[in-house]
Amino acid sequence: MTWRDAAVPLAIFALLAIAPFAGFGQGHSLTLLARAMIFGMAAISLSLIVGGAGLVSLGHAAMLGVGAYTVVVLDHARITEGWMVVPIAIAASAAFAAVTGAIAIRTSGVHFIMITLAFGQMAFFATSSLALYGGDDGYTLYSRTELFGTRALEGRLFFHFTCLALLILCWALVQALLASRFGRVLRAARENETRARAVGFEPYRYRLVAYAIAGAIGGLAGVLLANGTEFVAPAYVTWQRSGDLLFMVILGGAAGPHGALMGALAFILVEEWLAHVTEHWRLIFGPLLILCVYYMRGGIAGLLRRG
Amino acid sequence: MLLELRHLRKAFGGLVGTDDVSLDLRQGEIHALIGPNGAGKTTLIHQISGTLAPDSGQVVFAGEDVTRLSLARRARRGLARSFQITSIVPGFSALENVALAVQARSGSSFRFFRPAGNEATLNGQAMEALAEVGLERRAAVPASVLSHGEKRQLELAIALAMRPRLLLLDEPLAGTGAEEAERLMRILGGLRARYGILLIEHDMPAVFALADRISVLAQGRVIASGTREEIRANPIVRDAYLGEDEAA
Repeated sequence: MTWRDAAVPLAIFALLAIAPFAGFGQGHSLTLLARAMIFGMAAISLSLIVGGAGLVSLGHAAMLGVGAYTVVVLDHARITEGWMVVPIAIAASAAFAAVTGAIAIRTSGVHFIMITLAFGQMAFFATSSLALYGGDDGYTLYSRTELFGTRALEGRLFFHFTCLALLILCWALVQALLASRFGRVLRAARENETRARAVGFEPYRYRLVAYAIAGAIGGLAGVLLANGTEFVAPAYVTWQRSGDLLFMVILGGAAGPHGALMGALAFILVEEWLAHVTEHWRLIFGPLLILCVYYMRGGIAGLLRRG
Repeated sequence: MLLELRHLRKAFGGLVGTDDVSLDLRQGEIHALIGPNGAGKTTLIHQISGTLAPDSGQVVFAGEDVTRLSLARRARRGLARSFQITSIVPGFSALENVALAVQARSGSSFRFFRPAGNEATLNGQAMEALAEVGLERRAAVPASVLSHGEKRQLELAIALAMRPRLLLLDEPLAGTGAEEAERLMRILGGLRARYGILLIEHDMPAVFALADRISVLAQGRVIASGTREEIRANPIVRDAYLGEDEAA
């Protein structure tokens, strides 16, 4: 990674760090920024699959769903301590990804998209039928996840910086993964699978591990999402949500985790801004996205590189 | 015997790929496979390297039956191949292409945090392989912008970096200019002592200059197999393939 590549994400992290003290400290702004950061994490994890492994998944919202519903299930069982909730949620989403990935990764291209979509829909209908946890109506959390028995996450600023710290951690993790031996095999297999096989690698194993890691990060984002809204519903697991995530990755330019990060922030902020301007914002947002794909082939990352 | 092919048969529907092909190859030998287009040469290479499964027959490599092993497993046992259409990772530098091959035989690749690009042992051995094919000055260049001949050299360097026992080379000289072809031939000649090489090539002067033994494939069958002199003198081969001019 060159400094040029790191400059943009570091600037974003710096802006997110000072935002609460620079006019974005009110409840509404912080909620929005937290949402943007959480989806940033989710998009970064998806970029490991899409940009890293070359597998286009249309079921990534399910990873967040497993994380979020782990919080719900544990909350219902009166387990709210973070040091229990977070590892269990991460393990559950990684396991979900490993099991579904073991099947999905045997395919590629359109078939992979369809299988991940199918698993995503299964997760959606499964959550809808969980009557104990609110079914279609969703589940309201009585309190946020606790840290060592404290309610620190209830503090808006504390939550903001927790999201930011985890966002930076995930970004650094994915960046390191892609540059490692493991990432090199992934990237080689994406660009030329036969070549990777011909020197002795079975891409399947590497892709499956990448898929499970992406699931784990997605699950962590799901925990934060549940905490940010204090409410979890099957709407979190819809395929439209998966599509949004995929769009964030493409919008950013699938050149690495910083592309996904920028895509997610741009997506959430533009969506919010348009929703303020008009209630028919989707009529504008849709064509806007199409124009972005059409005119920004390398995504936002590509624009910055040319600029 | 380094490689033994026993009665390999492969058909695609009604189309014959290889029809009862038996061949062998010794350590330190260049065995060339010639024949007209569509004779089944590349189909045969695919079956040896593991990208195609034969309908029947056996591939025995260094005494082990590898007929059911995948391409990757055969590669790890020391079977390296180049492709008729150059197969490299275009987004990687030349060095990283070769380092990938070094990495495949140097410990686990399930290492997640240390940047692979900084591993001196991987890069050092990759540089050696690049130097062996005369490409060390182009190490940092993205593979996609190398010339066609340089890509052929790079593919050879990748194969060498695997430290294989057997090289399967599918038309390594195809599409290269005279100068590049000459350089590649010098390299191939220098490799003879250390590896067994199965060479598919259409360039007849190159084949007769390099090969210790030559087998001729036509319509999926081996119609002749022997030393250069035997092949040159074989009347069936002259009729079927070489033509009077080339055999003269």
